[in-house]
Amino acid sequence: MADAVELIVNGARRRVRVQGDTPLLYVLRNDLELNGAKFGCGLGQCGACTVIVDGEAVRSCSFPVALAEGKKVMTIEGLGTIDKPHPVQRAFIDEQAAQCGYCINGMVMTATALLQRKPTASGGEVRQALAGNLCRCGTHARILRAVARAGKEMAQ
Amino acid sequence: MTAPAISRRRFGQAVGALTIAFSLAPPSWAEAAKLPGSLDKNRMLDGWLRINPDGTVTVFTGKVELGQGILTALEQIAADELDVAPRRITMISGDTAQTPDEGFTSGSQSIEYSGTALRYACAEARQILLDAAGKRLGLPHGNYAVSVEDGTIGGFPDGKSVTYWELSGDAWLHREATAGFAPKPPEALKLIGTSKPRLDIPAKVTGGVAYIQDMRLPGMLFGRILRPPNYAAQLISFDDGRVKQMPGVVAVLRDGRFLGVVAQREEQAIAARDALRDAARWSDEQSLPPADNIYQYLKGLPAEDHVVSEKGAGPAPSARAVHDATYTRPYTAHASIGPSCALAQMKDGALTVWTHSQGVFPLRRDLAKALALDEAKIRCIHKEGSGCYGHNGADDVALDAALLARALGDRPVKVQWMRGDEFGWEPFGPAMTVSLHAALDDHGMIADWTHDVWTNTHSTRPGQKDGVNLLAAWHLAQPKSPGKPEIIPQPAGGGDRNAVPLYDFPRQRVTHHFIPGMPIRVSALRALGGYANVFAIESFMDELAALAKVDPVEFRLRHLNDERAFAVIQAAAKHAGWQANLPGRTGRGRGIGFAKYKNLSAYMAVVVDAEVDRRSGAVRVTRATAAIDAGQVVNPNGLINQTEGGIIQATSWTLKERVGFDRSGIVSRDWQGYPILTFPEVPVIDVTVLDRPTEKSLGAGEAAQGPTAAAIANAVAHATGARLRDLPLAPERVKAAAFG
Repeated sequence: MADAVELIVNGARRRVRVQGDTPLLYVLRNDLELNGAKFGCGLGQCGACTVIVDGEAVRSCSFPVALAEGKKVMTIEGLGTIDKPHPVQRAFIDEQAAQCGYCINGMVMTATALLQRKPTASGGEVRQALAGNLCRCGTHARILRAVARAGKEMAQ
Repeated sequence: MTAPAISRRRFGQAVGALTIAFSLAPPSWAEAAKLPGSLDKNRMLDGWLRINPDGTVTVFTGKVELGQGILTALEQIAADELDVAPRRITMISGDTAQTPDEGFTSGSQSIEYSGTALRYACAEARQILLDAAGKRLGLPHGNYAVSVEDGTIGGFPDGKSVTYWELSGDAWLHREATAGFAPKPPEALKLIGTSKPRLDIPAKVTGGVAYIQDMRLPGMLFGRILRPPNYAAQLISFDDGRVKQMPGVVAVLRDGRFLGVVAQREEQAIAARDALRDAARWSDEQSLPPADNIYQYLKGLPAEDHVVSEKGAGPAPSARAVHDATYTRPYTAHASIGPSCALAQMKDGALTVWTHSQGVFPLRRDLAKALALDEAKIRCIHKEGSGCYGHNGADDVALDAALLARALGDRPVKVQWMRGDEFGWEPFGPAMTVSLHAALDDHGMIADWTHDVWTNTHSTRPGQKDGVNLLAAWHLAQPKSPGKPEIIPQPAGGGDRNAVPLYDFPRQRVTHHFIPGMPIRVSALRALGGYANVFAIESFMDELAALAKVDPVEFRLRHLNDERAFAVIQAAAKHAGWQANLPGRTGRGRGIGFAKYKNLSAYMAVVVDAEVDRRSGAVRVTRATAAIDAGQVVNPNGLINQTEGGIIQATSWTLKERVGFDRSGIVSRDWQGYPILTFPEVPVIDVTVLDRPTEKSLGAGEAAQGPTAAAIANAVAHATGARLRDLPLAPERVKAAAFG
């Protein structure tokens, strides 16, 4: 039956009672009421559900919650707020880098994981890092500009 | 100030002030007259806006946010016409209990219809408030130059002022619009024409509640649906005993071949749905058409032939050369990133449905029919979902949620489709065939032109007079029939959208071969038939230009009589650094495409640079340089965003996309089966906006689709010498055509 799982989400200890094989996505969205990570495919193909676990961008739709036990889970809510956005979030706002925005969580989180490792990532590296994140509205050009802008700020 | 009211008013606007004239009766002719935009069908002013005593304004629109930025643009319009700060405005959109019925948010018509209605409604409301202000201040009848700043009416002779909010209690706006008061001229606008940042983006990048998927209601349960394996499969046996025992499962619903499950937790609902698959046995049906011969198959079905344009009579003129070509476009998916989702709750016999439908009123009509409920007992409220680009699963999932909610008592249920549901059951953009014929005269000009397009309908949306256009309704034990396939008439057209050339030919005949039979479910996908028709026309124009030995840009201009068309083509060519007679067959090429969307909306031209890999045949679009004229632009950044998005999406359709199917069903059920353009493949994009503030705003959101497709095919032809006429321009096809 349900197990007690302890997670560190956006810096806070959170305890949930769920089956250990429950995908992290549903725990974040439904138990912790964090909206950022989105269900897109449930197959790890589109990236809409991306969160950062111990510094790595992972697909929360196919990441069992038990594997996140004791690890640091960062969601888009943990990066910043509307009033105090993270540089990546602010860059997406400044570049108006969204249409429907359903994929944008994944774009922001994947880019953040990359820029935290390498703020000076080249345009080509950004494209490669985002190669597994799908956007259907065709906002790619703006997303690339936003990531470049955020990288500049984070490199300072 | 003694000039007559109307000219005074015009003068006042020109200098940024307003005049008031008491006892302004609406002109009598206005009563029966057609009103502008959606005002015509929704005539009450307070149906569009309310002035609240707390210093706020509520603006109502029947159009909905789909990620295109419409609510930001409409807010700009209302704020500008009313002279209030945008922060005072709350936008209410797409709610059958509150907003005007504006049908569907489709066809790039929201600025034209809702925006125009709001401009006139707000202009009239402002004048009514000005009159009310004069009365409130006890001023004698007369005319005064006054000004409004953020809802405060000032500039009266004695220095008094009064606010909209003080006047709000007087129900001034509960009356029919007359449209007797002109919206502001371009020079008086402060917000329209500026790139106001989108209202919705901050929440979307910080994890705010932004989508229907983010809604939570007290006691909410999670539902999932198990569809048949294909359109025709019948349920032979079903044993839900084990599923009912699964953890968290609250209900299993079977109605005919509609199967649903409801659970406490989302992952429990998903697991139960997977288990339902083992619990159900379906008949084996081989009901889909042959995939390898789909165009011939469709052309073999009964068709209604409609000649939609005919010019020039008598026998065909003598020709220096004639040319014929046939183009095809496969079934194409909307492929929304977020699968369709809805919430429903049944309480005291009344149903509330939260939905990302493009049309809450038409959806309500079909829900009422499907559920045998009075329309008055149903409220549909729009909440944003993932981008849709046309008629996807949004409406269908609303009925799914309603069916589950009805079975649950009063607990709300949220249903989201799984990825495979979305790809397997959405109504696709129809497969199409376009055959063109032309004759060139001795001067290399087109003397004769024939266009034949074979296609299904391009709209099977809900809300038709007959039938029910919601998926689950067809699967119930007492099934409903879908509505009769309908033609969208010219000049907008459906399958024949943009089939009538904008070019000026002395002689032409355009025939729409409308195929009512739909072996695969289809409906509206961005640009409708305009995508394939423009792809064909603009490819063919390049082929004819080559026959005439004329540069493709020059060849187009020689056949155009429309200044604005001229201007966008020249702007795109100029910004791209277009040069006539660039050598071809080098592996790199460039091509141009142009259209005036629907022949009624935005003008768009795009120059594409492409590279073709000799070994694989893979086409890479490296750059797209576009120009667009959408008349008066409300939000330039929003227009550019839509145009960039259209170019990228059309590049994806054109290079990669086709729905996969075999005789027993749709086989492209995930992103591996239906790949779309990815970051490494996305071109650099440059969009130039030709703003025309004195022209009316034109729908622009779909303008890029057809021109981009043709520009790519033309660039590939330039790069390789091979003309590809079947979409998508997949590597194996390019390789076979270009490199044998």
